[in-house]
Amino acid sequence: MRRTNRIVPTYTGDVSGACSALFELGGMVVIHDPSGCNSTYNTHDETRWYDQDSLIFITGLTERDAILGNDDKLVRDVVEAARELGPRFIALCNSPIPFISGTDFAAICRLVEREAGVPCFYVRTNGMHDYVVGAGNAFEALARRFVDEREVRPATLNILGATPLDLGVAGSDVPLRAFAQAAGFEVVSCWAMGSTLDDLARAAEAQVNLVVSATGLAVARYLRERFGTPYVVGMPVGAPVDEPLRSAWAQELAHALQQAARTGECAWPCRSGVASDGGARISLVGEPVLMGSLARALEGCADVRGQVVCPLEVPDELLGPSDVRAEGEEGVEEALRDAPFVVADALYAPVIGAGSKLLRVGGPEGAPLPHQALSGRNGWKTACDIVQLDPQAIGAQNCPAM
Amino acid sequence: MLKRLGPSVVSAGETTSAALFPAGLEFNAPVHGTWNIVHIGMLVPEAHQIYVCALNCMRGVVLTAAEMGAQDRFSCVVLKEEDITRGTVEQITLDGIRDVLYKLEAAGKLPPCVLVFPVCTHLFLGVPLAHVYRKLEEEFPQVDFVRALMDPISKRRLIPDKRLRKVMYDPLPACEPDERLVALLGSEFAPEADSDLRTLLAAGGKRLVSIHDCATYEEFKGLSRAAIFVSIFPNGEFGARKTAERLGREHLYLPSTFSFDEIEQQELRLCQALDLPVPDFAAERAACVAELAKTRAVVGDAPVAVDAVVHPRPFGLARLLIEQGFNVSEVYLDGVNGEEEAELDWLRVNAPELQLSSTILPDLRVAPRTRGEKTLAIGPKAAWFTGSGYFVNMVFGGGLWGFAGVRTMARLMREAWAEEKDTRDLVPRKGLGCVSCI
Repeated sequence: MRRTNRIVPTYTGDVSGACSALFELGGMVVIHDPSGCNSTYNTHDETRWYDQDSLIFITGLTERDAILGNDDKLVRDVVEAARELGPRFIALCNSPIPFISGTDFAAICRLVEREAGVPCFYVRTNGMHDYVVGAGNAFEALARRFVDEREVRPATLNILGATPLDLGVAGSDVPLRAFAQAAGFEVVSCWAMGSTLDDLARAAEAQVNLVVSATGLAVARYLRERFGTPYVVGMPVGAPVDEPLRSAWAQELAHALQQAARTGECAWPCRSGVASDGGARISLVGEPVLMGSLARALEGCADVRGQVVCPLEVPDELLGPSDVRAEGEEGVEEALRDAPFVVADALYAPVIGAGSKLLRVGGPEGAPLPHQALSGRNGWKTACDIVQLDPQAIGAQNCPAM
Repeated sequence: MLKRLGPSVVSAGETTSAALFPAGLEFNAPVHGTWNIVHIGMLVPEAHQIYVCALNCMRGVVLTAAEMGAQDRFSCVVLKEEDITRGTVEQITLDGIRDVLYKLEAAGKLPPCVLVFPVCTHLFLGVPLAHVYRKLEEEFPQVDFVRALMDPISKRRLIPDKRLRKVMYDPLPACEPDERLVALLGSEFAPEADSDLRTLLAAGGKRLVSIHDCATYEEFKGLSRAAIFVSIFPNGEFGARKTAERLGREHLYLPSTFSFDEIEQQELRLCQALDLPVPDFAAERAACVAELAKTRAVVGDAPVAVDAVVHPRPFGLARLLIEQGFNVSEVYLDGVNGEEEAELDWLRVNAPELQLSSTILPDLRVAPRTRGEKTLAIGPKAAWFTGSGYFVNMVFGGGLWGFAGVRTMARLMREAWAEEKDTRDLVPRKGLGCVSCI
């Protein structure tokens, strides 16, 4: 049954995804939920919580207020906190019970904005989707509210979809920026690491958008629709700060960006092509932009062919013809049944068959590649900066197997 | 000294009721040593936990199990939007639990006990859980299904923690009592080896047993052989009392405390109920005072911050320390334990300047978390809020009980003062005392 996870953890949910997306922007995120389950966002899903203050709160919804619809209290509490803390914006997130009772968040946002004098918007969440949906909706809501018309400047780009949930470590924007620069682009904004809300508001200046994870796709589509900005989907794996274009894949991605800037056409270089018989098959489980990019990087330096196994709620446009969707633990287990080589978070190990080899990819000692959105804090010890991974070294490390 | 910030910090002298702070938005400090319902449920040997809820709500519990390295004892069923709109929550719940159990059975790992955790959604939609359990019990008669619940939205019913500390003992069967056994129920921690509870019982030829001693599910079920049930932790009182009523046993609630008078009353009660020899209370008190004086000599006039995580009686601890000459500057808590109203009254009169600080109100998220001087923090939240590395890392009373518990606390304070801890590394760890893989 696809809805049960016997032993593998579930992924980060949509509310936590929204919080992660908005963490660094000086806003205030309010989750309308009881004080309980969702407050664990900061425990497992937020690497920055201890060291960096961010205004992310729970309303402490009670049964009585949920049934009787005591929205006045919600508005009052949010407005009081906003007056005290002076956030740049307020984002309200939904959760299962207010979703069931049909709380009118659009109206509440209008009330809060009027009383607090601070821009307030709703991020479509209900606790029942994964982080890709929540973070994607948060970025899109932010863009709809703050990004205005600008004159496009040549050789500029935005990086879309950068959160620790996928990138693993805070500060991964540094090598991403170095890559962009090496590819010939000035970074206008990075959504959302190391950039301010003002930077993000200038996103329409960019000539092209680089989507580095599925969480950035919704805003990329919106910016395409509203401003005509083309986007390129791919993560520059194998792009160390001191030599960002070292890998063949990084060069290919840089070329795709230059071409998109020139032609105005979108591109998905991280997607797989039609399956071929050549090379050993590597199944890469997780977020499709990262895993697809890693697959392309590995294909660039070894006789292998990568196949993304995607257990997340992502649009079809992110998957190539040889990639597969997999719902839940059972879906992943089935997809990996005959896989000779697997790249996945270590917590997938119990559903990887004895005939498959879980490749060592990340961390100083070559642990399986941790995915923050799956294993949370469990993977912090072996967390690594995926941008700076060396595909050659991965090939060499696993060489006897591959 | 804590800087006064507004409604999130009040002085003891200006409090007028047990509601110390206004209700409002809440934040969650990165201090996670307290046990949650997953940790508590894992105490039942060989039991398997199954949660049925939405993805975002699942995250905290599923990764708690992973952090404990206990994924193989935890499964979940994910509720989706379509279950709400199509009215299939009941069916998915039943099918999902069945699916997990058949998979476990196929692997030869069908557990003897399953703790099932439905959630707020089930209650709001009126899902007939009794029907779900009936079906499960028909299909898996060899499994005990424990009716747990994770419904933090409910403020009028039992909180999930208290409820779990009751239902986890529901499988204990009725049986003849063994007069030599006394069972402790409802606590995360077994009392220390030298705790008064063990010492007093041993002196009377009795033995204390608890879930912590049980390696197998059968041993766990054997707890019901105890002639007397004891609880020492407020959240465990309800479950211990109800279990004792069901099994026809006497229940003694003897909460861990720092009041010498209360300790004496409790120990007298225990001795009378079990016909135990009464200890020399005067000597016990004197030993505690001496131990505290030793600590006072080391700590001097340095500020001492106490929190409500370290022990359910933070006001009692603050009062004891003030009475013994310590400079208690602040207490971190969000509500007053009903058992501590008298202690709060005492503090209002005798320590009116003592600062009482919330730990969840929004302004504290950005408040400075450093102190200008070396501060002794008693409890991990006090450590985080004061930015101190000199702290007693203990939660929920840590098994302290009686006069020996007071002396242990005094010793722990000296040890905390002597050696700086890595607060950044220690306080975010979940479930202090449990396995932590992070």
